[in-house]
Amino acid sequence: MGRIFVLIEHRKGAIRDITWEMLIKGRELALRSGGELTALLLGYQIRNLAEKLVQRADEVLVVEDEKLSNFNGEIYQRVLSKLISEYKPALTLIGHTSFGMELAGQLELPITTDCIDLCLENGALKAVRQMYTGKVNAEISFIGAPSYIVTVRPDVFPAEGQQTGRGEIKYLSLPIEEIKYKKFIEYIEPAVGEVDITRADILVSVGQGIGDKKNISMIAELSELMGGVLACSRPIVDKKWLPKERQVGLSGKTVKPKLYLAIGISGAFQHISQIKGGHIIAINKDPRAPIFGVADYGIVEDLFKIVPVLTSKLKEIKAG
Amino acid sequence: MDRKSGGKYKSPRLAFSECDIFFSGSAEHSSFSNTGAIVDIIVCVKRVPDTAGATIEIADDARRIREDGLVFDMNDCDKYAVEEAVGLKKKYGGSVTAIALGTEDVEDILRMCFVTGCDEGIRLTDKAFQGSDAVTIARILHRLIQSMKFDLILTGAQATDDGYGQVGSALAELMGISHATLVIGIEILDGKARVHRELEGGMEEVVEIRLPAVLTIQTGINIPRYVSIRALMKVAQKEIKVLDLKGLGMREEEVGESGSNTSIERLFLPPLTKEMEILPSDPGEAATRVVKILKDKGGLV
Repeated sequence: MGRIFVLIEHRKGAIRDITWEMLIKGRELALRSGGELTALLLGYQIRNLAEKLVQRADEVLVVEDEKLSNFNGEIYQRVLSKLISEYKPALTLIGHTSFGMELAGQLELPITTDCIDLCLENGALKAVRQMYTGKVNAEISFIGAPSYIVTVRPDVFPAEGQQTGRGEIKYLSLPIEEIKYKKFIEYIEPAVGEVDITRADILVSVGQGIGDKKNISMIAELSELMGGVLACSRPIVDKKWLPKERQVGLSGKTVKPKLYLAIGISGAFQHISQIKGGHIIAINKDPRAPIFGVADYGIVEDLFKIVPVLTSKLKEIKAG
Repeated sequence: MDRKSGGKYKSPRLAFSECDIFFSGSAEHSSFSNTGAIVDIIVCVKRVPDTAGATIEIADDARRIREDGLVFDMNDCDKYAVEEAVGLKKKYGGSVTAIALGTEDVEDILRMCFVTGCDEGIRLTDKAFQGSDAVTIARILHRLIQSMKFDLILTGAQATDDGYGQVGSALAELMGISHATLVIGIEILDGKARVHRELEGGMEEVVEIRLPAVLTIQTGINIPRYVSIRALMKVAQKEIKVLDLKGLGMREEEVGESGSNTSIERLFLPPLTKEMEILPSDPGEAATRVVKILKDKGGLV
């Protein structure tokens, strides 16, 4: 395998974790194949970011232009296409993020997305990705092309690793055309809510298994008895049963409680990857629910059988 | 070459020849005005097995899952896309055409689209389509859509079965029009749309995008209405147009596995990353254990 490109993801002047994760995986593939790891940094006023990358890549290619100030998939895609056709990398890694999803599909190259592993088998690239709501893994092969695109799932690979780069920074000047049909307007920060689930030691979290909005109160009561804070997974917020501030997950909050009680949560990766540390107890009737893959304790049973009994037990204890 | 143009998408030739007027402030070439915007919308939907609540088994060939016993439904994000399309039609006027690719069974979800308020349904069915990857599916959809008139194409951001999340952007690329992914809010303005995109950590990004465009819809943008069996029965006789490979003017080698650049070698169950202690499923015993763990971890003091 020849050159490996990693598209650097940054927002508001900070390099995002997915970047470091891709550089670690990219380095591993480059070492195995004798290839070269190249970081692509696109943006405006980003020279300080380039300095941070030199230790992790053999070469940092920087394209700096005011038109690249805020992320715009259309402009980034054009610049990236130009760089790919010029440098002919064997592989380009892009984050499977709101940033990467916007441009990866437009590159007219063989692509596979949301990968959780990459390896070389007899010189050929194989990718592993999840299907069917995370219940099945699939091994993907690419069919005869000189260059591939792979988008990488965040929070899968470690962000820390050896600093093995040669550290050359190369500033490129590319003519960048103005894009008139798509325009960045603004970022909107998340609204400050009434509770801060990121600070709670005990989180009682409810998922789709709860079935109905009226059943949420049952979990709220349990949470209070446990001295915890009520949280939830994405489907509950999508249904507007609880406000977004209570959502644990990639598009919600990253939490680090001492104890996490997951009730009726199947355990989509975007959810479980954002529970950092602590002990997880999961209640779910499906023995193969992905939540059991990360839980310390599992109760394989209908939540409606367990929760009422647990609630009355806690009430007894409180009553002394 | 600027292939992206304002106004309604009519045919590739027409669209390509129109001049770039998007942010120039002139609206005379646009089919929209602030007062009377009309949006013709195409919504692409997928029928998927409901695997979130089911136990999945891998088939003997290790390249697919066993589908017997699984309940099929419209892909979750796609339900939001359909609801959004119908909501936009209600607000601005226009029409909604739903397209689904798959076996005859996809008529189920096209009928769900009718109940929600879609005007027309098109089914793309051919044995040759099996095994198509995301880009190939986009190629098949493109072949149909290129002859249609529309302002917006909506589709779900990601499917719950294969989850590539690429059909929308690949379709936009093939059509030569703009796109935005992970959309959680849409407002139609003069010849353009102002859309909110979902970013990580609860952040949103607001962009303006010229129409026609492809928007991939994220869950939570609205509350999809409930589709009752009774309502489905009322639209059971409504006509669904059917097109196959030949009808689309495509060749077998362009579609299916032979047209795809990636291939699934094998499926396997995810390895467990952690040793889990299974607690008793008897509610009383389970509750006792949970209380003990809670106390051990410093709760209930």
